[in-house]
Amino acid sequence: MGITSIVAAGFGGQGILFMGKQLALAGMYLNKKVTWLPSYGPESRGGTSNCTVIISDDEIGSPVTPNPDILIVMNLPSYIKFHGSIAKNGTLICDSSLVSERSSREDIDKYYIPATSVAYKNNMPKLANVIMLGKLIAATNIFTPDELIMSMQKSIPSSKKDLLDLNIKALDIGFNYKE
Amino acid sequence: MSELVLMKGNEAISEAAIKSGCRYYFGYPITPQTEIAEYMSKRMPQVDGLCIQAESEIAAINMVLGASSAGARVLTSSSSPGVSLKGEGISYLVGSDLPCVIVNVQRGGPGLGGIQPAQSDYYQATKAMGHGDMRLIVLAPNSIQEIIELTSLAFDLADLYRTPVMILADGALGQMMEPVDFDKLQPREIPEKTWAAVGHQNKREPNIINSLYIEPKDLEDLVIERYKKYDIINEKEVKYEEENIDGSDIVIVSYGITSRIAKTAVDKLRKNGINVGYFRPVTLSPFPAKRLGEIADMTKRFLVTELNMGQMVDDVKLATKCKKPVDFYGRTGGMMPSPDEIYQAVLRTLK
Repeated sequence: MGITSIVAAGFGGQGILFMGKQLALAGMYLNKKVTWLPSYGPESRGGTSNCTVIISDDEIGSPVTPNPDILIVMNLPSYIKFHGSIAKNGTLICDSSLVSERSSREDIDKYYIPATSVAYKNNMPKLANVIMLGKLIAATNIFTPDELIMSMQKSIPSSKKDLLDLNIKALDIGFNYKE
Repeated sequence: MSELVLMKGNEAISEAAIKSGCRYYFGYPITPQTEIAEYMSKRMPQVDGLCIQAESEIAAINMVLGASSAGARVLTSSSSPGVSLKGEGISYLVGSDLPCVIVNVQRGGPGLGGIQPAQSDYYQATKAMGHGDMRLIVLAPNSIQEIIELTSLAFDLADLYRTPVMILADGALGQMMEPVDFDKLQPREIPEKTWAAVGHQNKREPNIINSLYIEPKDLEDLVIERYKKYDIINEKEVKYEEENIDGSDIVIVSYGITSRIAKTAVDKLRKNGINVGYFRPVTLSPFPAKRLGEIADMTKRFLVTELNMGQMVDDVKLATKCKKPVDFYGRTGGMMPSPDEIYQAVLRTLK
């Protein structure tokens, strides 16, 4: 797989950093090199929030990238800020219930999923981010669902074990969503 | 294989300090290093340690002085403006030959500056952290694994040489997560602290911890003695990393988070046929001057890159006795260069 860079972006509170961390953890458990770098400061206190995750077979140099291979985006300001930066032949995963715009780029793969409305419909309003993760692994081959579930099982704190099944369900909904 | 944990730099510093026997943390919150205080407030009670959020950075560094006087392993941390406030206390610690570890998770300056990553406290850390004839040992990690290894080393060096040691990190390293393996720590043998002021019970002469010497000759003798210690540190404790130096057309010199970005640029340059070397000081003080002096005869020129206006350039020029041109590319104020910017800077320099 070489090296894959991912930017996850949205509002503070959507679980953007969590989403990135799950990807980094899955990479770590599969013995890959990983970095996770969040935006910090005022934006993490309610404004836009983002993080860069790099997953690689070899040592990682820069933990930042101007052109991510994958953008997972959950609000319009972040879409506007990052969509042009996606690397050529890269992938856009977009929460279409919160981003009204559609990309006109022909050189990237585009996937739209109304993750936030789907989450509400399924009575899991806080798990739109995990639904996005499901869509991400359906659209790309960075991890299999089993690998991501293994990572969730290993990393979930014991105080939140009861939420594991719901997270797996959300992942499944995202993975099997058809536009 | 031992178990890997995904950790932020700030958390890694804290856990490594505790694993190194540090049981006292005194600090005051400031972005981007507040996770250290947060982590310590949770962990210290679990190991019968003490974490105090002081009323200011000045109070915190003087609590460090007190704990260190009693022989404890003690940590304080801050970010650039807060570290400036600690300057006076750090000079007192040096003047009293007291060990401690100080972390600076740098942000943009001067003044309150910004909160994004910077390396613009290089001069302060390596040349002028406090008044008087003094030095610190300054360590500059570039990964979270190296953060834990250097934190452990910092406590050992502080005790071995009875000196404050600074971990010079930056906002990106503080906030970034990477897998770490604590089983890799290799503590050194540390002599007993017979100098500590812990009560003599009339069984020995009292130990006095002091930095005031009214008699100039006494003070001169003491400072000269301390500089002999710096010579030993210079001889024995320099650390650096290098790659593809001999016969290269240019060597990139970089430390901390910037060295990671530079490394990505170097790999790409080499792939495209540019003969570029890479040199990373791990100890900024003592500076790897001797090695850079040798490298001056093995390459054609240098490019220094850091998150400031070129503060390490002087040290590279001095170390290489200006035998070869030393150019600079950097960003400051909290901006980080992309690997491509450094790539282009190398191409421009070679033109």
